[in-house]
Amino acid sequence: MRGVMGVRWVVGAAAVALVASGCGGDDGGGGSGGDGVLTASWGDPQNPLEPANTNEVQGGKVLDMTFRGLKRYDPETGKANDMLAEKIETTDSQNFTVTVKDGWTFSNGEKVTAKSFVDAWNYAASLKNNQKNAYFFSYIDGFTKTHPEDGSAQTADTLSGLKVTGPLTFTIRLSQKFSTFPDTLGYNAFVPLPQAFFTDHAGWLKKPVGNGPYTIDSYTKGSQMSLKKWDAYPGTDKAQNGGVTLKVYTDNNTAYTDLMAGNLDLVDDVPATQLKNVKNDLGDRYLNTPAGIIQTLAFPFYDQNWNKAGSEKLRKGLSMAINRQQITDTIFQKTRTPATDWTSPVLGADGGYKAGLCGDACQYNPTEAKKLIQEAGGLPGGQVKISYNADTGSHKDWVDAVCNSVNNALGNEKACVGNPIGTFADFRNQITQHKMSGPFRAGWQMDYPLIQNFLQPLYYTDASSNDGQWSNKDFDKLVDQANASTDTAKAVEDFQKAEEVLRDNMGAIPLWYQNGSAGYSDRLSDVKLNPFSVPVYNEIKVG
Amino acid sequence: MGRYVVRRLLQMVPVFVGATLLIFLMVNVMGDPVAGLCGQRQCDPATAAQLKKEFGLDKPVWQQYLTYMGNVFTGDFGTAFNGQKVTELMSTAFPVTIRLTIVAILIEIVLGISLGVITGLRRGKPVDTVVLLVTLVVISIPTFVTGLLLQLLLGVEWGWIKPSVSSDAEFGELFVPGLVLASVSLAYVTRLTRTSIAENRRADYVRTAIAKGLPRRRVVTRHLLRNSLIPVVTFIGTDVGALMGGAIVTERIFNIHGVGYQLYQGILRQNTQTVVGFVTVLVLVFLVANLLVDLLYAVLDPRIRYA
Repeated sequence: MRGVMGVRWVVGAAAVALVASGCGGDDGGGGSGGDGVLTASWGDPQNPLEPANTNEVQGGKVLDMTFRGLKRYDPETGKANDMLAEKIETTDSQNFTVTVKDGWTFSNGEKVTAKSFVDAWNYAASLKNNQKNAYFFSYIDGFTKTHPEDGSAQTADTLSGLKVTGPLTFTIRLSQKFSTFPDTLGYNAFVPLPQAFFTDHAGWLKKPVGNGPYTIDSYTKGSQMSLKKWDAYPGTDKAQNGGVTLKVYTDNNTAYTDLMAGNLDLVDDVPATQLKNVKNDLGDRYLNTPAGIIQTLAFPFYDQNWNKAGSEKLRKGLSMAINRQQITDTIFQKTRTPATDWTSPVLGADGGYKAGLCGDACQYNPTEAKKLIQEAGGLPGGQVKISYNADTGSHKDWVDAVCNSVNNALGNEKACVGNPIGTFADFRNQITQHKMSGPFRAGWQMDYPLIQNFLQPLYYTDASSNDGQWSNKDFDKLVDQANASTDTAKAVEDFQKAEEVLRDNMGAIPLWYQNGSAGYSDRLSDVKLNPFSVPVYNEIKVG
Repeated sequence: MGRYVVRRLLQMVPVFVGATLLIFLMVNVMGDPVAGLCGQRQCDPATAAQLKKEFGLDKPVWQQYLTYMGNVFTGDFGTAFNGQKVTELMSTAFPVTIRLTIVAILIEIVLGISLGVITGLRRGKPVDTVVLLVTLVVISIPTFVTGLLLQLLLGVEWGWIKPSVSSDAEFGELFVPGLVLASVSLAYVTRLTRTSIAENRRADYVRTAIAKGLPRRRVVTRHLLRNSLIPVVTFIGTDVGALMGGAIVTERIFNIHGVGYQLYQGILRQNTQTVVGFVTVLVLVFLVANLLVDLLYAVLDPRIRYA
């Protein structure tokens, strides 16, 4: 009898499963309004959710909702406005006195004081805390003691450049002049932290407590975070909705499908494959706005082939062989704009963006390209290989297109090939070990909307993200000069002069500026993306 | 029988050690995982060194492996890069994938065996031909095509299901993903059963049973099916492990946060701890499933019991 019974039991269980699927629960975002909670797509943050440890967009979104710092970048213009800062004063661009506004608290009731900032910054800068954004504090005096770069023992736990001078005032001393320093303070790494962060760190990480317009209601790591409007929020940018539920998606295609099926309200990353249909599907509920992201091709200047006299002609020739307009139109469906300088349009003309600064070198001109490359002695080894990571971002498509364009210009089928590298980690690995033998994909998403951020970390000698090891004395001198200047307009001018040096040597080929894209359901209104391509959640209205 | 089980269990030890060592080496060959942790920029050297120390990446690989295996036996699978314990990741991922696998296996058993019996008994008839054609089509279409099509049709066009599975991932929601996951194996189960049934139908014992005047139903279930199921049980048993590991595609399409999702993330982020931990458990699942299959043989056919 055993066999028969077994089979029968199995049939019964399957029938139960079938019935259950027919009348499955209905708890999605498309449900009833009233409380005005919206659902939005999210990715699993790569690092623990500490402000100074979060360096990618997904974790950054949450910090943007739950924290406010001394400054905040205007969601529209990108300008750094005072948020918790009453005033930040300096006479010499090196010593700053900060006064924190009165009346701000964390959502657990604790007051935000000068100490909340200084403790948070000291924590971030201390090597033993492993904070990945520690280098943001490297301008502050004493950083080399709390964070010795050479791996020697840490000799201080706190930054000597920070001093609490009153309940709501503190001073900052930098190790060098840095005129635009106050404008960097809108970055997430500079937010204040409550005492609970230090006393009950594990508990805080499970459910972070901040001082922003939202509080975290529940957090299931890897799948969902629900944020609620904080009614007692003291700021002027109160949340216009009842809350936001961030749902982790394994694939942005699934998120888009969910949006189409009315199961999700907001997708902030429209998959490349849907760009063709998105205008039909969503009409004006599709956003495509400029973001502070530029894509470039960097060169391995540690390789003699790419760094000898006259090789700037080679790099310029390659740049002129790329048909940017065609690639952005066809492959990216106009979600990117051909680059004509090394910054981003979100900076605005006052902020240092200068359209056309690159000049002829960024214009498609196959005949001139061929001539320049021949004058430079041809391609090193007869072929360029463009390296990229193949795991995310559909980089293969555009690298192949760039190569095609180069091949056509040079009339040689084998002049350029893509060189895919399996994972991003391995790609970064090969870059940091200086194993690149040709140009490689480089993308830069700004930390703060300053021209300084587009130039110094990337092209200053030995700077943190100078992956190609480009080095130029004139460039460095102009950057130093700009940083020392107390007049912002003059500083921007000097940065642009530095950018011209970069152009004349073609230190990296600018490709295109990237837009942020988003799509939303008809329940939402007032949806927009800030210059960091993150939705401005607190301004979204539901229903 | 007891001795047989013990011998089988002992055989599992070298397989387990070998498999984990291999996967450990493979993940390590991919390079320095810390390189990808700081985004587009380079981690500053001091922090990178500190992180490597924390994750034990500064030691030689053999030492890392020994420490790792030592920890595994005490139930410590290490920490993922986002600060979560790998055991914590497992405790959220495995129940979901196990549910999905159960749904898939049930579909395989119920649909597959029924179809197999029907077609096996009616060989050459129109039903047989139609089912054979359908299974051929199912086998030749990749899972992601079936998955995306069903998601689009049932989820978006007709609105019968939700295109994505919620984070609770209850049984009901998993029916369509389970069907997609099971589809290819389902076709194989059907074909295996069909052939086996068709073959045994002409066997002497079946003829005897019919001659004795037993009801047709009893002949089929008790005599014919029981003997024909041996190859099918082998297949389904080994499929348990394959389904759990192979759920990556299905889980990605339907946004199920199970083992496949965690493995995918782990590989993208080169997170040795996550990948090796999950694979270790999957290897165990494979081994246990195979053991169970061997034991089931004995139940189905007493002659195998003392072999």
